[in-house]
Amino acid sequence: MKLKKPAKKPLVLSAYTVVTALGKGLEPTYAALRSRRSGLRPCDFEDVGIKTYIGRADGLEDLPVGSGSITKGLEQFDCRNNRLALLGLQQDGFTQAAIEARERYGTHRVAVILGTSTSGILVTEHAYRERDPQTGALPASFISRYRYTHNMFSLAHFVRAYLSLQGPAMVISTACSSSAKAFATASRFIEAGFCDAAIVGGVDSLCLTTLYGFGALELMSSGPCRPCDEDRDGLTLGEAAGFALLEKAERAAHAGAVALLGYGESCDGYHMSHPHPEGAGAIRAMQGALLRSGLNPRDIDYINLHGTATRANDSIEDKAVHSVFGSSIPCSSTKGWTGHTLGAAGITEAVIAAICLTRGFIPGTLNTTRVDSSLRSSVLLKNQEQPVRRVLSNIFGFGGNNCSLILGTV
Amino acid sequence: MRLYVNGIGTLGPGLIGWKETRAVLAGASPYRETARPEPTASILPPNEHRRSSTIVRWAVHVAQEAIEQAQVNPRKVATVFASSCGETGVLDRLCTALATPQRVISPTLFHHSVHNAAAGYWGIATGSQQSSTALACNDSSFCAALLEAAAYAHIEESLVLLVAYDLPPPLPLYIARPLREGFAAAFVLAGTPVDHSLAQLDLNLSDDLSGDVTNMEDAGLEALRSGNPAARSLPLLAAVAGHQATCVCLEYLEDQRLLIQVTPCQS
Repeated sequence: MKLKKPAKKPLVLSAYTVVTALGKGLEPTYAALRSRRSGLRPCDFEDVGIKTYIGRADGLEDLPVGSGSITKGLEQFDCRNNRLALLGLQQDGFTQAAIEARERYGTHRVAVILGTSTSGILVTEHAYRERDPQTGALPASFISRYRYTHNMFSLAHFVRAYLSLQGPAMVISTACSSSAKAFATASRFIEAGFCDAAIVGGVDSLCLTTLYGFGALELMSSGPCRPCDEDRDGLTLGEAAGFALLEKAERAAHAGAVALLGYGESCDGYHMSHPHPEGAGAIRAMQGALLRSGLNPRDIDYINLHGTATRANDSIEDKAVHSVFGSSIPCSSTKGWTGHTLGAAGITEAVIAAICLTRGFIPGTLNTTRVDSSLRSSVLLKNQEQPVRRVLSNIFGFGGNNCSLILGTV
Repeated sequence: MRLYVNGIGTLGPGLIGWKETRAVLAGASPYRETARPEPTASILPPNEHRRSSTIVRWAVHVAQEAIEQAQVNPRKVATVFASSCGETGVLDRLCTALATPQRVISPTLFHHSVHNAAAGYWGIATGSQQSSTALACNDSSFCAALLEAAAYAHIEESLVLLVAYDLPPPLPLYIARPLREGFAAAFVLAGTPVDHSLAQLDLNLSDDLSGDVTNMEDAGLEALRSGNPAARSLPLLAAVAGHQATCVCLEYLEDQRLLIQVTPCQS
């Protein structure tokens, strides 16, 4: 990776939140991590007849977008993915923080850069069951709302409309790395002067495509996932919405504030769904994040692994982590709590990193009883209380698309 | 923010390759809307060529032309892929299968459904491990990609390959998103010029909506521009083809404009 410039000034996450199977917002997330309570449960999503577990966010079925006064006029955006987005925006004072940023910088100066892999595809899956038997046409109610629901930009469109923002916007969709890469793009947009602040993060929600798709790939465990376990047998799917408000440190820094110190992006250039056997792309992403942050491997206190609990991911990620960091830095995967939230994994785990930094603890890998003896990194199984100043978070995705983030306190 | 265009690839009805497209857009030959062309995308290894979707081959085809024209090693070039709708052909097949009682879907079809499928295939074909972003911004996808590519080129000090591509979805999805024809364009962009740079671009994002968005004079080209998000790049392509200093105004969502001052380079 070419990097000629020294480390950049970090950007502060002046507000952040997440909704997962663990609950709504930072408090229940922290409580579940501390008490080692998993959010995974036997699959009860719609009529899906697959023997597996899922990390489902509660209550979305009863929370249509547009039903209350807050979302009046936004009915056309109603779908599971945007319901989850709305729930996320309403936690931890995030909406208020975004409105204050809008008032501080101006509606055109706050960007919305979000990640998702499947957007609101569930509405299309449902619509295909209701095709006209004669003509094959999809229902008119679907046709008129496609743009606001399944279309890949729908998530950023909805968040922008909800927060009355008029700045640069896009949806990044690079499979699982989507919302991690949103941090990198937003960081560049602020540095380039396209905006002064950015709403970053992402949302991915349960749907038939991913449940049956990962089932077809035989990458899904029948029980709750066990990252790095000797007997791990696949991932567990989850859903999540997470957001962070990124601002320049000059405006938003205070002692103990969480900041984005670096990011590294890369590709494997190898295979659509199997990681590079030597983890070449993963190594490149981690090294890129270190270079950008101006840190050495020993400056990292904790590595939040991608750790999906598939045989291939965990062993190849281990190789890559070991080659960059050796075996002294504690590593763990938090997928045993939330499941793999796909395009939202980047923001979910960035927020978990922020919790580790502010609460001073490291979560040990959940559901795992015996660490695969072939792994050489230091995989933690028990929670550990200790000051944490810098966390590296790994996210790797289909298409061999990788992103590593380093978060720290300023 | 200043950018240089070092290579271009295009594919669309009557716009096959930059040479033909340049002649049409510069007014040297009339635009004739032909049948939808077939991409060759010869850089894809035979197995990948066979497995890939049509839209992946459209994207890879123009990417290959732009990279060859720019005379650069693709392993040194980061990529930004922009598509409003992405893999609608694959999604149609997936949703059709998921609407049957058995819900049996092929694993290959599933991993081809991701929005970054074209980016992934480009990486496999070239072996490039550079950063790759796949994005969507409805009708403004090209505009969003140009901003991302410009920021990347400057801040990461890297060459960037921008690929914009969209095909009309198959029925029944077509009714929900009736794109006109297929179009793809690729640009190799850099923060500093080379001998064979085609044009210099000065980008300015503006919230002043008073000026006119640049359209195409020819009715056929204008129908293509307004009917396909990737073809929103046509006014910029026309400005480069015209080889005269000019300003292009692109619509970025409803609330912003991207003003591009285009200055020809010696070549």
